[in-house]
Amino acid sequence: MGDPKGFLKIGRKPSPKRTVEERVQDYRYVYEPMPDEELKGQASRCMDCGVPFCNTGCPLGNLIPDWNDLIYREHWKQAIDRLHQTNNFPEFTGMLCPAPCEAACVLAINDKPVTIKEIELSIINRAFEEGWVVPRPTPPEKRTGRRVAIVGSGPAGLAAAQQLNWAGHTAVVFEKDDRIGGLLRYGIPDYKIEKWVVDRRIAIMEEEGVEFRTNAHVGENPTTKDLKGEFDAIVLAVGALQGRDLDVPGRELGGIHLAMDYLVQQNRRVAGLPTNAEVEISAAGKNVVILGGGDTSADCLGNAHREGCASVKVLTHGPRPPDNPDHLTWPDWPFILHTYPAHEEGGERGFSVAVKGFSGTGGHVEKMHAVETERTNGKTVAIDGTDFEIETDLVLLAIGFTGPVRDRFMREMDLGYTHTGAIHSENGFGTREPGTFVAGDAKRGASLIVWAIAEGRKAARQADEYLMGESLLPE
Amino acid sequence: MTPGAGLYDPVYEHDACGLGFVARLDGRRTRETVEEGLEVLLNLEHRGTTGSDPETGDGAGILTQIPDGFFRKRCKELGIELPEAGCYGVGMLFESGVDEGLGCEGRLEKICAEEGHELLGFRGVPVVPEAVGKVARSVMPRIRQFFIAGQGGDEAAFERKLYVIRRRLHKAVEDSHACYVVSLSSKTVIYKGLLKGRQLPRFYPDLKDAAFASAIALVHERFSTNTLGSWELAHPYRYIAHNGEVNTIKGNINWLRARESRLHSELFGRDLEKLSPVILPGQSDSASFDNALELLHLAGRSLPHAVAMMIPEAWENDGLMDPERRAFYQYHSALMEPWDGPAAVAFTDGRIVGAMLDRNGLRPARYSVTRDGRVIMASEDGALRVPAEDVIERWRLQPGKMLVVDTERHELLHDEDAKRPLFGRQPYRAWLEEGEIHLNELPEPSTNPRPEPASLLERQRAFGYTIEDQRILLAPMAQNGKEPDGSMGTDTPLAVLSERPQLLFSYFKQHFAQVTNPPIDPLREELVMSLKMSLGPEQNLFDETKKHCRRVLIEGPVLTAAELEKIRSLGSERANSTTLSTLFPVSTGEEGMEEALARLCEKAESVVKAGSAVLVLSDRGVNETQAPIPSLLATASLHHHLVRAGIRTATTLVVETAEAREVHHFALLIGYGATAVNPYLAFETIEDLAGTHLMEGVGPEEAAKNYVKAIGKGLLKVISKMGISTLFSYCGAQIFEAVGLNQELVDRCFTGTASRVGGVGMDALARETLERHRGAFSAAWDNAGELEVGGEYQLRVQGQYHQWNQTSIPPLQRAVKTGNFETYKEFTRHFDGHSARFATLRGLFDFERAPIPIEKVEPAREIVKRFVTGAMSFGSISKEAHETLAIAMNRIGGKSNTGEGGEDPTRFTIDPNGDNRRSAVKQVASGRFGVTTEYLVNADVLQIKMAQGSKPGEGGQLPGHKVSDDIAKVRYSTPGVGLISPPPHHDIYSIEDLAQLIHDLKNANPLADVSVKLVAEVGVGTVAAGVAKAKADHITISGHDGGTGASPLSSIKHAGLPWELGLAETQQVLIQNDLRGRVILQTDGQLKTGRDVVVAALLGGEEFAFSTAPLVATGCIMMRVCHLNTCPVGIATQDPELRKRFTGTPEHVVNYFFFLAEEVRELMASMGFRTFEEMVGRSDMLKMRDAIEHWKARGVDLSAILYRAEAPEGTAISHSERQNHGLEKSMDNELIGKCIPALESGKKVSFAHPITNTNRTVGGMLSGEVARRYGNEGLPDGTVRINFHGVAGQSFGAWLARGLTFTLEGTTNDYVGKGLSGGRLAVFPSRLAAYKPTRNVVVGNVALYGATAGEAYFRGFAGERFAVRNSGAHAVVEGVGDHACEYMTGGVVVVLGETGRNFAAGMSGGVAFVLDEAGRFETLCNMDMVGLEPVESEEDIELLRGMVERHMEWSRSERARRVLDEWDEVLPSFIKIMPHDLKRVLRERQEPELEVAS
Repeated sequence: MGDPKGFLKIGRKPSPKRTVEERVQDYRYVYEPMPDEELKGQASRCMDCGVPFCNTGCPLGNLIPDWNDLIYREHWKQAIDRLHQTNNFPEFTGMLCPAPCEAACVLAINDKPVTIKEIELSIINRAFEEGWVVPRPTPPEKRTGRRVAIVGSGPAGLAAAQQLNWAGHTAVVFEKDDRIGGLLRYGIPDYKIEKWVVDRRIAIMEEEGVEFRTNAHVGENPTTKDLKGEFDAIVLAVGALQGRDLDVPGRELGGIHLAMDYLVQQNRRVAGLPTNAEVEISAAGKNVVILGGGDTSADCLGNAHREGCASVKVLTHGPRPPDNPDHLTWPDWPFILHTYPAHEEGGERGFSVAVKGFSGTGGHVEKMHAVETERTNGKTVAIDGTDFEIETDLVLLAIGFTGPVRDRFMREMDLGYTHTGAIHSENGFGTREPGTFVAGDAKRGASLIVWAIAEGRKAARQADEYLMGESLLPE
Repeated sequence: MTPGAGLYDPVYEHDACGLGFVARLDGRRTRETVEEGLEVLLNLEHRGTTGSDPETGDGAGILTQIPDGFFRKRCKELGIELPEAGCYGVGMLFESGVDEGLGCEGRLEKICAEEGHELLGFRGVPVVPEAVGKVARSVMPRIRQFFIAGQGGDEAAFERKLYVIRRRLHKAVEDSHACYVVSLSSKTVIYKGLLKGRQLPRFYPDLKDAAFASAIALVHERFSTNTLGSWELAHPYRYIAHNGEVNTIKGNINWLRARESRLHSELFGRDLEKLSPVILPGQSDSASFDNALELLHLAGRSLPHAVAMMIPEAWENDGLMDPERRAFYQYHSALMEPWDGPAAVAFTDGRIVGAMLDRNGLRPARYSVTRDGRVIMASEDGALRVPAEDVIERWRLQPGKMLVVDTERHELLHDEDAKRPLFGRQPYRAWLEEGEIHLNELPEPSTNPRPEPASLLERQRAFGYTIEDQRILLAPMAQNGKEPDGSMGTDTPLAVLSERPQLLFSYFKQHFAQVTNPPIDPLREELVMSLKMSLGPEQNLFDETKKHCRRVLIEGPVLTAAELEKIRSLGSERANSTTLSTLFPVSTGEEGMEEALARLCEKAESVVKAGSAVLVLSDRGVNETQAPIPSLLATASLHHHLVRAGIRTATTLVVETAEAREVHHFALLIGYGATAVNPYLAFETIEDLAGTHLMEGVGPEEAAKNYVKAIGKGLLKVISKMGISTLFSYCGAQIFEAVGLNQELVDRCFTGTASRVGGVGMDALARETLERHRGAFSAAWDNAGELEVGGEYQLRVQGQYHQWNQTSIPPLQRAVKTGNFETYKEFTRHFDGHSARFATLRGLFDFERAPIPIEKVEPAREIVKRFVTGAMSFGSISKEAHETLAIAMNRIGGKSNTGEGGEDPTRFTIDPNGDNRRSAVKQVASGRFGVTTEYLVNADVLQIKMAQGSKPGEGGQLPGHKVSDDIAKVRYSTPGVGLISPPPHHDIYSIEDLAQLIHDLKNANPLADVSVKLVAEVGVGTVAAGVAKAKADHITISGHDGGTGASPLSSIKHAGLPWELGLAETQQVLIQNDLRGRVILQTDGQLKTGRDVVVAALLGGEEFAFSTAPLVATGCIMMRVCHLNTCPVGIATQDPELRKRFTGTPEHVVNYFFFLAEEVRELMASMGFRTFEEMVGRSDMLKMRDAIEHWKARGVDLSAILYRAEAPEGTAISHSERQNHGLEKSMDNELIGKCIPALESGKKVSFAHPITNTNRTVGGMLSGEVARRYGNEGLPDGTVRINFHGVAGQSFGAWLARGLTFTLEGTTNDYVGKGLSGGRLAVFPSRLAAYKPTRNVVVGNVALYGATAGEAYFRGFAGERFAVRNSGAHAVVEGVGDHACEYMTGGVVVVLGETGRNFAAGMSGGVAFVLDEAGRFETLCNMDMVGLEPVESEEDIELLRGMVERHMEWSRSERARRVLDEWDEVLPSFIKIMPHDLKRVLRERQEPELEVAS
């Protein structure tokens, strides 16, 4: 399979990116496609391992060695078939997944991993170009007559809906927003995933028979009771959108926002939609401080540059992570300083910063008061006497999420929460309520899109089993 | 002692031996002949053995003509009046137990009366019980003789009647086993017993009586694998003495049974009915063979005829064979399948006596004819001391050949004379031409197979096809025409423990030959192999008519759809076929399958009775409502049903199935009775894949052909690993063990197959079938036409569970790097998880607890001494990895193992930093790579690798590109030239041969323990008992699942058993035979955790070998690409770039073993064991887990594994004593004494010494002394010269070191110059010999095996396999048998005369020169790997001439003198045999120079 010596001949080469100068001028996708020939060479680096840690490291269990080989041999059609076996939406993961598979790649032990993510994306892009991705409606004779409600239209909900529809059930997706997609739609900037990509997939699902209901805030409209009455099973994929806040003096000042509020507004603007917000948040011309070092923070950073901020600082509580992984980490996700394209576009990264408060005049933030921290005995603590101030007029809090928004629906379902704030689940994807299942961020807390899809699929299988006694959906 | 309890089953006993006869051509019955027979026995005693009681032999016996004068005298004393000589029968009777009712005497009287003969009376045979051992005495029968009067007239009719009387008597007393008729004949009588040869005449004073005279004495000394010997099992039997093993015995017995109902004989008439069953159940293979031979003979065939029919020559592929001879064999192949296996059979009817060898010549048989008309045949030359001047012919039996002495017509008949009359008995050729038709010659069928209602994809799913089946198995086979390889063993669950639906095939494991019987090399010895099968009903076995050979021949068992249609349309003229569907309605559920199977059997019975000569079992037509009965279940059930109904041979089974796709599947279908298989879905799948990425550049037709070829090759491998040559005799031979099927199912459908842990029944098989069916036809959506992933060979999260996986590998690697025991525990905890528990049998065990504080338990530093690393050669793994393991094991006091690739002598000295890179265990494998005397003396343990877990019974190959300079150096071969390891050790074809090799090794290095490595299979316990009796100090029982090297995937998955079964069986059998104390027992095979070690210890293990786990500790991440040389962590690779990536250290390995020992301590504490020793063999501390929640595993019953063998008080259950190797008796002690001046101060020593065949391994110990002092360099040439005279025993000149010269005036036996390490040997006939020196056998079989350096000059012929695997010796000989220079990789061989067939098979290096004056050599040479050239270059001429000159000088050769005298005329008749591989390497080396020059 493949070229057994490929990894000795060719080095890792990721997809090219558009220049920083160019890309900060627009919201288009950052990466450029990889030429097929080079991609083939990259695929040939796959060693076809006896224990493919990529396959086990991928929450979806993507059959990575299989499709690497298919690309090496230029069998694109079979590659997408194999890829679709495990992944409903390879274009989403291909663009957005941080690729734990690559961290787990055996080549990562003493070399550089295979560019798995790029190969995945190329396969699905090619498949769309060739017209191979077509709706596969379930034939009427396979219809079970059972109805399943999927609450939430993010990747977990979409994956669950597609699987359940294929299993012959009527799948109805409820979305409280005006458009389908959840975080994919209004959480993630276009330069990471252009929204037509989401639309394209939703159109296919609609044709396959999945029903989408937007502006449908379950609990209000429809009511919890209505929902339970109409459906034989419910899959909760409501995400974990409750942003973590800071409880420090001055937090109430204007110009301090949760990251997600900022991102949603900006995404709506890019989509040409009204923000419908009481307070418009914009980074244009501002000195921006972004607190937090994860994906959301990077998304804020990218947006801030594109809006034309005056300056931007990204500050985190803990110390600077190491540049290279500890050799004992493999095949797990390494604790290192991750650098995203947004970081290449500018801004300053700061570490070991604790926020003590904000101050400003006119009800608007002007200064952030902070102190340096150090890490002792596994805890990050402030160092006395290291206080300093940063001038800022926009502060974005990207310091994590605390679980699903506890709205009326959640209260009425009364399923209980875990200590991290996620919905309590039992026996896999089940809940205390028979016939109600939970998947994605709502179940595991804010996490990767690949987990969302994987959980959506698994929850669907469990729901199918619940409805039919057994399930032929993949495990 | 309770044979049959636990895992021990006497059915698996094996034996081998020495045999011989002395016969007088003049037919005079003399006292001397009897005495000479007894002398032969005495001189073959070393080929037999004893058990725990040194005075109890495994059996010895003598068969003579009826000594009429003797009996007349004795009977007169008793008042019995004997009729004239030849008109009375003598019965020899063993009686034991209590007679009930009539007793033996009364019954016999009654039967004789009914048969119209008078019982004249009984005679108590005088015996001297004190002459035999304690154990033999304890089971000694009462021994009597009886006499039956004939009625005058037809001698043969009287013999038949005596046979009928004997059979009736046996049947009458069958239940009580109270009497056994050793012999009953008017011509011959047998004296035998549980004796040693020398005890025989002492025990039976009759044999010493002056009146006891005969013209024939046939003798046998037995070596059995265990000591629960019985008096009955001693040879000779009534017509034969046998040295060998019938590998196909189960099939032969079943087929004969199946034929019985069709037998009719005018000679026997109605008496025939009294004989059934012709073969007594529960006997040894030799006894069964004797029964069948007796039947054929008494029904009218001469003994030579019947023997030639049962052990045919290799006629199938021999284009040179005389057409009449070939026709004879071909015709008889329609009557009976071969009794396949290594064999030397001596046979007699009291008038003629003869001997015959199997087609492979895998047993020695030498004979001499004396001036006074005696013919002496024996396993060894020199067994009867005859002065050289009296010998007029000194020769050997050749493969497939026969020798007959007719004492009435006073004729000595060599093969051609003995067989020629047989060939002309009938117009066989004409009959064959008329009767046989080849399937190829039939017109193409007009009909097409039925259209299938279901799609390809649906059917693939219904039959469990996976992406892996396509990608890893089918596509490579169809692309390359051979089975794919894999590495690193297997770590998936047994079928019965797997959560995923399994094919029935996966519940069976293949058997393989080890020790008692050699596997064959199907590639290099293709000439003996055959896949030919035929279709059509059989006729009466006793007749010979042209109807007998009316049949349809097929080249091999895999049929295309078109070929199957041809068979379907044969019509009643040829063979009426009936197609029977094996489908059952899905709606009838699990019970439905059983009902359908019953209906199928009924239907088949009625159509066969109506004349259907071919039954096609077909699973075509699977659809939403119809599911298939597993094809193997249908085939085996039907086969046994028809056997039971007595109509099996009236028909042929052909299987049309979608299920069969890999080699193992075909082997099973054929092994359970199918003649041919049409794997139609495999063909359709291949057609579908042709041209896709999986099969680029291969069209559908070529792909199908390649696939058929690959399956054929694979089948040859499967049968040859059991030592079977013809698929025809494999058919129905059931050479499998079931793991995980319940007894009811096995008894009904796979009758006679071992299945020792119980398991699932028919309902579970149905459930698995229906589960697959549901997946195929009920899936909601088609998943884009993709099949399931499989995950059997490479892990996939969606697929089969693997023990080595993403959650077990990382914590182990982290733990050894950090030294953190808690992290190690994470690794271990993985194996307590559900999936891991249901991956192995040991996962089902639990411990009894009786805790003590851990401080009281033996420290870890003691426990780690029991750990060893597995045999991995330098070559299979890198230098860095190999030395890391060695250093680590030496640091902790454990042992590392060289593997079979030799070891660099620089590792024999301690490194400056104190590290020791020397492997304590040195392996001696079939390739003997790097096995020099120096290598042997630098070992603590010498391990003979009989088999390896990942591919038991198979050889290996190191392709030229992997033979780097370093590897070539330690293997004594040429860089770039490929190396082949033969499947068998060519000096171990049987258990007595193993004893000889152990003796050889012990001589070379008396300080080292000799270990024998076996692989678990049913019967391994009895083999191990034999190995213990052969004086091994140490035995390793390997599980099937380990293995790090490259092996064919089907071998990795389907051959051998888990060590739990093999180890437990071995422990039980050794205890029952009171042999356990003599050996250290080691086990290996996917051992990983402390729990594994403890389970193994409780089952009897004392040492534990680990390969995969220490490799993982040094960085292995189970790539399973060891065979590709691309290991990315620098372990299993020789690529210098990749080797740089190796990061393992000795500390990692040390940490692992200490963690392991610490974990063992914790478990010991929980069970209350203070010392490891206390724990060994305490299987009472194991129990089955309480709640087994696994639906299939619930039926598993481990009680046979846990059985504790009952043994008398004081019987050792662990290692307790040292073997007595008897080295003090070695002649070498004397030689060393005389050579002290040479050894100590390099002074020249020269002397003469007599030698006989009981002096074995002469020179071995002396050479060890040289190597110990001077290494491989040895002494200067000419330092020691010893001139022997006489007949040398086996292994003359073994390991002979540089500086030693042995000359021998006389002759030698097998294994001359084994492992020659620089010494010089010259053997030439006695000056007084009456035979022509140019035509005499001067060296036996397998001379110079594995020689690395030295010279040898042999004036005369050598036997088979001369210079096999020679890698450095220069030898001259004047004629050789078959397979000379096989696997040779270096050195020079000159043959100044004839050669046998298959010269240079597998020869990759070295050169040979053959003087081919007859111009036949080209037809005899195997041209696969060599080219033939004239001897033209000066260099060659000089080399050749120099060797011939030295030959003349050292061996006084007249032939050499003539050649030299007529050099210019003779030179053009020399042919140079040049390996292609070597030629290529030499050319490549020259090329750069040429470039420079130009």
